[in-house]
Amino acid sequence: MNFRVHVRVLPRRGLLDPQGQAVEHALKALNFEGAGNVHVGKAIEIDVAAADEAAARAAAKAMCDKLLANPVTEDYQIEVEAR
Amino acid sequence: MIRVAVIRFPGSNCEPDAHRAVVREGGEAFYVFHRETDLRDADAVILPGGFSYGDYLRAGAIARFSPIMAAIERHAADGKPVVGICNGFQILCESGLLPGALMRNAGLKYLSRPVDVRIERTDTPFTNAYQKGEIIRIPIGHGDGRFTATEDVIADLEARGQVVLRYVDTGMPDVSANPNGALHDIAAISNREGNVVGMMPHPERLADELLGSDAGTRVFTSLVRWKRPALVANT
Repeated sequence: MNFRVHVRVLPRRGLLDPQGQAVEHALKALNFEGAGNVHVGKAIEIDVAAADEAAARAAAKAMCDKLLANPVTEDYQIEVEAR
Repeated sequence: MIRVAVIRFPGSNCEPDAHRAVVREGGEAFYVFHRETDLRDADAVILPGGFSYGDYLRAGAIARFSPIMAAIERHAADGKPVVGICNGFQILCESGLLPGALMRNAGLKYLSRPVDVRIERTDTPFTNAYQKGEIIRIPIGHGDGRFTATEDVIADLEARGQVVLRYVDTGMPDVSANPNGALHDIAAISNREGNVVGMMPHPERLADELLGSDAGTRVFTSLVRWKRPALVANT
């Protein structure tokens, strides 16, 4: 089966995220006063052929652990969508 | 004569300076392309600065899977000298040869300017020609130089004396002593054994008196005269 895998990689909470802070300041400057706790990361989309959704998810997790996210500084979330 | 492999990744740009600095100090230097799998009997390895693979994904994240890296990991495991400068430091962290990570500069800007760093460790192949505590002024040029690691890892680095260079405030006007927000003002670290060193500043860019200073030269003097200590018991 074919799946579309969506990976979100974000700076680990608690580490300084200057990009998130800069965007937050800009949002406040635009009077979005309710906006806060902004973090900027990456979105990665991948077609994955796998036997089932669990296998696609496991493959995506391996990709994140090996390459897509830095285990020291980043966390990731995976969503799997059947095609 | 020491034989030094200078690794070329797609996007490296400091390799001629590193090559020249080694030769100038009396070593033999040669380029090894990242697709090669053999270090050709090199005694030491330099991972130069630049933007390998365009810094795509994260600086150093893709270069660490280059074919040559397996040979570099074996070379490092054998206790032989490896230095990563700037992008080379990022590659060493991504590959796990050094702990921690280099994150986006706290000020978000790419910084190209001199920094003052204190020599904190001199029993490495790259700093033995300096005096401990000596302060040198050499350039940085990076956007991702904020050394970051967990508290445990930082405490361990400090306890084992693995911080090799530290940014210090000598009153340089208009700039912060710590340019990028690195934890503990760390500019360079080594592995436990001291044979693998990563540094954000560029000693190879200031290795000729013609440039007004040769403060970085002794990194290469250190390497060329380095004699591997006789095997000692691991402590």
